[in-house]
Amino acid sequence: MLLEAKKITKRFPGVLAVDNVDFEVYENEIVSLVGENGAGKSTLIKVLTGTLKPDSGEIYVNGEKVSYHSPLDAFKRGISVIHQELNLCENLTVSENIFLAHELVRGKKKALYSLVDEKTMRRKAQELLDMIGARFSPNTYVSDLTTAQRQMVEICKALVKEPKVIFMDEPTSSLTVEETRRLFEIIKRLKERGISIVFVSHKLEEVKEISDRVVVMRDGKRVGELRKEEIDVDTIIRLMVGRDVEYFPHGIETTPGEVVLEVKNLSWKNRVKNVSFQLRKGEVLGFAGLVGAGRTETMLLVFGVNQKDSGEIYVRGKKVEINTPMDAIRLGIGLIPEDRKLQGLVLKMTVKDNVVLPSLKRLSKKGFILNEGEEEKVSEEYVRKLSIKTPSVYQIVENLSGGNQQKVVLAKWLALNADILIFDEPTRGIDVATKAEIHRMIRELAAQGKSIIMISSELPEILNLSDRIVVMWEGEITAVLDNRERKVTQEEIMYYASGQRKQNRGDIR
Amino acid sequence: MKKWKPKGFRELGPLLAFVILAVFTAILNPRFLTLFNLQSLGRQIAIFGLLAIGETFVIISGGGAIDLSPGSMVALTGVMVAWLLKQGVDVWLSVLLILAFSLGVGAWHGFFVTKLKVPAFIITLGTMTIARGFAAVITKGWPIIGLPNTFLRIGQADFLKIPIPVWILLVTTLISDFFLRKTVYGKHLRASGGNEIAARFSGVNVDRVRIIAFMVSGLLAGLVGIIVAARLSQGQPGVGGMYELYAIASTVIGGTSLGGGEGSIIGAIIGAGIISLLWNALVLLNVSTYWHNVVIGVVIVVAVTLDILRKRLASK
Repeated sequence: MLLEAKKITKRFPGVLAVDNVDFEVYENEIVSLVGENGAGKSTLIKVLTGTLKPDSGEIYVNGEKVSYHSPLDAFKRGISVIHQELNLCENLTVSENIFLAHELVRGKKKALYSLVDEKTMRRKAQELLDMIGARFSPNTYVSDLTTAQRQMVEICKALVKEPKVIFMDEPTSSLTVEETRRLFEIIKRLKERGISIVFVSHKLEEVKEISDRVVVMRDGKRVGELRKEEIDVDTIIRLMVGRDVEYFPHGIETTPGEVVLEVKNLSWKNRVKNVSFQLRKGEVLGFAGLVGAGRTETMLLVFGVNQKDSGEIYVRGKKVEINTPMDAIRLGIGLIPEDRKLQGLVLKMTVKDNVVLPSLKRLSKKGFILNEGEEEKVSEEYVRKLSIKTPSVYQIVENLSGGNQQKVVLAKWLALNADILIFDEPTRGIDVATKAEIHRMIRELAAQGKSIIMISSELPEILNLSDRIVVMWEGEITAVLDNRERKVTQEEIMYYASGQRKQNRGDIR
Repeated sequence: MKKWKPKGFRELGPLLAFVILAVFTAILNPRFLTLFNLQSLGRQIAIFGLLAIGETFVIISGGGAIDLSPGSMVALTGVMVAWLLKQGVDVWLSVLLILAFSLGVGAWHGFFVTKLKVPAFIITLGTMTIARGFAAVITKGWPIIGLPNTFLRIGQADFLKIPIPVWILLVTTLISDFFLRKTVYGKHLRASGGNEIAARFSGVNVDRVRIIAFMVSGLLAGLVGIIVAARLSQGQPGVGGMYELYAIASTVIGGTSLGGGEGSIIGAIIGAGIISLLWNALVLLNVSTYWHNVVIGVVIVVAVTLDILRKRLASK
């Protein structure tokens, strides 16, 4: 056994985050740690990798009892961690990042005045990159890398001290299907070299594919363990939520009406090429494709964040010019963006202030004096309608869970009565139960007559919620598929998402 | 759902410091409580306070915004108003022209910061030097004297024993505090400073919000320029040295975060009160003028550090 934790307990004010949990990592295995958000996975990982001190419990590395004082302590003992938010210095090169704080120097002793041995570092960095099959130079600046490539740099960084165990906290959350496949190859290669991996993910299909063993947590407790042959998505979900959930069929059918939004030949830089589509009242139009296919970029043009180079946009039959988000919002368009913390919310403000931000003028007296009472009423109404879990509308949004934050972003647009809603990755990083709730909301909103565009990189989400599916590849639309009469398959989408074009272009609108 | 609303007077710490300092000074030198001294202290608070209000707007707007120009603008607008008066322009027309000019300088800063993406630090640093230079050019280095009495009243007269500048400060405080806390503009300002991108994505016109913040700061610098000229009975190109730094310090002492997104007008006024009071106390207690800047610098550092530590403890 490489790592063994016994009866770990960690308490935060008001929450028992980890409750008497045992966890072990054996040699040569890939073990997944799953659970809903708030189940205690992240806290457990932080305790095992030295970021947090447990209130009680014992940790053994290679049979030796340890007590870490910092992540560096754990790292020195061969326990590495790759966080969900990557921690790289963008202004430095790949090799500088890999050896950051572990620089190789000329001479025997290392001190702040030592000369850095760039040449050896670059060579070693190249070896590490080759080992995991990365195809970029150690001299590249990290700012020029994609998310997937940055992750590879993180992995190399972890490999510098020849770790025994690498914890990966949701490494696939922002990777495409293809990039995930490549990451899994890297993980398997690491395992062959005798490194065990602790893998955390909300994507259970992936967990099933990669794991030798699965440990499930719920409400801070360890609630189950599955051996390789027992791993099965339904079983995992049942353990995670403690009950059977109806994960997929939404059963909310709608009758799409007239066209409310039409986009013709939209182009922007080299990222959006000649994109045309129609959105009808009461339908969910899914946008599938790999990350970087130009889906988000297209919607940022529709929402006026970026300005199109050419093309036309029609809203309810009328040609419109959208140059700023203000223009789009005036036309009844709302965007629930990909990065809710950066683009969707003012984290330090309250739930109320965030919910009413777009509708402030309408709610105010004479259009400029705030009407606190009205704001409170409106925000409370949507907190109730969307069952946002918060002690009050005066809670600071930062303190809410990811799923509830996402609902706050949605509430902003519902409070303004926007009728064209654009969801960009609506359930990324959100736990299973809230995810199902948001899925249901999306269908219900369509049934109420809202028109919905939903970008998602999760195929089940696209396949289960969309009435029609637009597939994009490198900035172009390669197919528009009707998902109502005949269910589209994952294979079909992957086919078009990898650049195959649908032949009868008449279907593409 | 429970009604839970955060309460508490955030400016309590600085206010306590102000009161303690005042009591301490009054005990050590009873002359502190004379009407003459209190009036002179009030005028000083008004000058720093007005500038601090402008600075508060700019700093809350976020994106590292700051205004380094007020000190020099005080000198330039003071000299300009004196020059206009010497040309025989009507007093109130001169005042209006100066206010319009300083509003324009603020808009100029806002335009460079939002549309041309020049860092606020740089564009206002430019004005700091240019304005100081122009003030010297206009006067050839000599003060402009012999201003009409109507004008001097702005800086020297009292109403109900309270100096006119203090009345101006009170009115400005009430209006700006109202705008900051009770209007759509105020909330847009805080949202822009808290998260510019999210504000933009929510339909807030962030550029306009920031330009207005710089205009407020410019306007108030012009107003202070007029007050100072009237108080000194002259347009003096050398006044207002380091005023921008005292204004920024007042703002920060009052609890405004340099990162943007949060801040308080009342806090800024209390901050200005503390700095002015310190100055006053040092004079009354016969501390050598050489030491004044040393003491004030130390107090600023200590006050802000304590406030940051307090906030960090409170958030735990």
